[in-house]
Amino acid sequence: MSTLGNPIAAAFDVEKIREDFPVLKQYIHGMPLVYLDSAATAQKPFAVIDAIRRFHEVDCANIHRGVHELSQRSTAAYEETRVKARRFLNSKTKNELIFVRGTTEGVNLVSSTWGRKNVQAGDEIVISAMEHHSNIVPWQMLCEEKSAKLRVIPMNERGELLLEEYEKLLNPRTRMVAVTHVSNALGTVNPVRQIIEMAHKAGALALIDGAQAVPHLKVDVQALDADFYTLSGHKIFGPTGIGVLYGKAKLLNAMPPYQGGGDMIRTVTFEKTTYAEVPYKFEAGTPNIAGGIGMGAAFDYMAGIGIDQIAAHEHELLAYGTEALSRIPGLRLIGTAREKASVLSFVIEGIHPHDIGTVLDRQGIAVRTGHHCAQPVMDWFKVPATTRASLAFYNTTAEIDALVAGIHKVKEIFS
Amino acid sequence: MVHDLYQEIILDHSKRPRNCHPMDDANRKAEGYNPLCGDKLKLFLKVEGDVVKDVSFVGSGCAISTASASLMTESLKGKTRDEALKLLDKFHELLTTDAAIREDLGKLVVFCGVRDYPARVKCATLAWHTLKSALTNAGDPVTTE
Repeated sequence: MSTLGNPIAAAFDVEKIREDFPVLKQYIHGMPLVYLDSAATAQKPFAVIDAIRRFHEVDCANIHRGVHELSQRSTAAYEETRVKARRFLNSKTKNELIFVRGTTEGVNLVSSTWGRKNVQAGDEIVISAMEHHSNIVPWQMLCEEKSAKLRVIPMNERGELLLEEYEKLLNPRTRMVAVTHVSNALGTVNPVRQIIEMAHKAGALALIDGAQAVPHLKVDVQALDADFYTLSGHKIFGPTGIGVLYGKAKLLNAMPPYQGGGDMIRTVTFEKTTYAEVPYKFEAGTPNIAGGIGMGAAFDYMAGIGIDQIAAHEHELLAYGTEALSRIPGLRLIGTAREKASVLSFVIEGIHPHDIGTVLDRQGIAVRTGHHCAQPVMDWFKVPATTRASLAFYNTTAEIDALVAGIHKVKEIFS
Repeated sequence: MVHDLYQEIILDHSKRPRNCHPMDDANRKAEGYNPLCGDKLKLFLKVEGDVVKDVSFVGSGCAISTASASLMTESLKGKTRDEALKLLDKFHELLTTDAAIREDLGKLVVFCGVRDYPARVKCATLAWHTLKSALTNAGDPVTTE
């Protein structure tokens, strides 16, 4: 597909970008690696790898406690990531950003602190039919503990949420609406601005799972008016084990702490402990310092390319891939929402995704097969699993061509 | 290449699985589930005395797990409980070790390619785990996790 005529995409040099990702330059089973599993984890550019290495080689110390030089350098580098995260999400202050292990911990933090304090028997939590298990199970656990009710926004056969049905679910007992911004299994981009507004009108709060959105879309938590927004560093080209939970300051201030330990306290006696201010109240123990610094480098790296450039390139790839896959006889795309980002999930008549994945792997093509931690989505579409090719800005149309050729090979073997 | 894994006999049994039906007069049943890929399997056994008289299965799964269940049912008929469990051990050894391939596995040797695909071992063993459950206890659903 030509990039001519699209000034944003034309300025984007994917081959130059690929030079930044050492992992992409390798052969798998004798074939060039075609990495189409970025929704599971994105690859890391030199900028991130070098930042983590530099921390361990030059600055390594614990943070927030030492008066010595290394500790001060480490503290400054780690805290600088909070400033970068503020810019990335456009929160009002950097103190509304809590470092967590990832999106899963972000959701769990809110369900177990805000949830335990504010949800009572008979209250209701609303999630959607396309949530990842990490935005289902924590709420289920809370509902079970509190005798509250979990309600689910249904979707249509394209994989789009039914907002008129959502409207009917909202009532004065609704405490929280927890919905994904972009579906990991389907690629659907949900109208979260509207979903949040509707939640607020009903007097409920809204938490948005941003794990699959932030690699692809500009996110502005103030414009969305999200109460909580959470993301994983490793999906935005940073390391695993680190992520961000955004929460509005007034909510965070009123929430009890998450885990107890060092760094989250002001004073401790055996009679009573007073807690630190946010965000530190929620950050007990020595954190993933190297991860935090690596994620900071990832924020910078993405900002350097520009989210508009990323979105434009990925939009072209997705359109190209959707058309190419649709032409394969017997292949059915799962998730055909009008607003989609970077996911091509599909099934092929008579061939199990696991077999597709193995045959593609032998051709150097990395895809994800299985239920994508979204079993209810699989149940809804009446498939046990799908094959998912997920895209990032370092992917090319030539790689889509390789995927298509790979699928033809799969069909040859199993026909 | 990939044909070492998907040998003709495996492709044949995955497309046309043998003994693939429920069994009304089964006296042992068990269910298996592989949460990784969503494969589900129900196994039916008719055991008389100590001997497996008949065996069948139903389920949905990948080519490897379907072919494995199909070939397992073929190899079990007429075996005693102990023989069946010993065969399971040998089959497991075939998939998970570099040990020399044993001649007494019969057709089951076609699964030797699986040892080069560690992610697929669970697919090939699901039916056998389920068998163990059916033969050794009341048959709580087993999972490969």
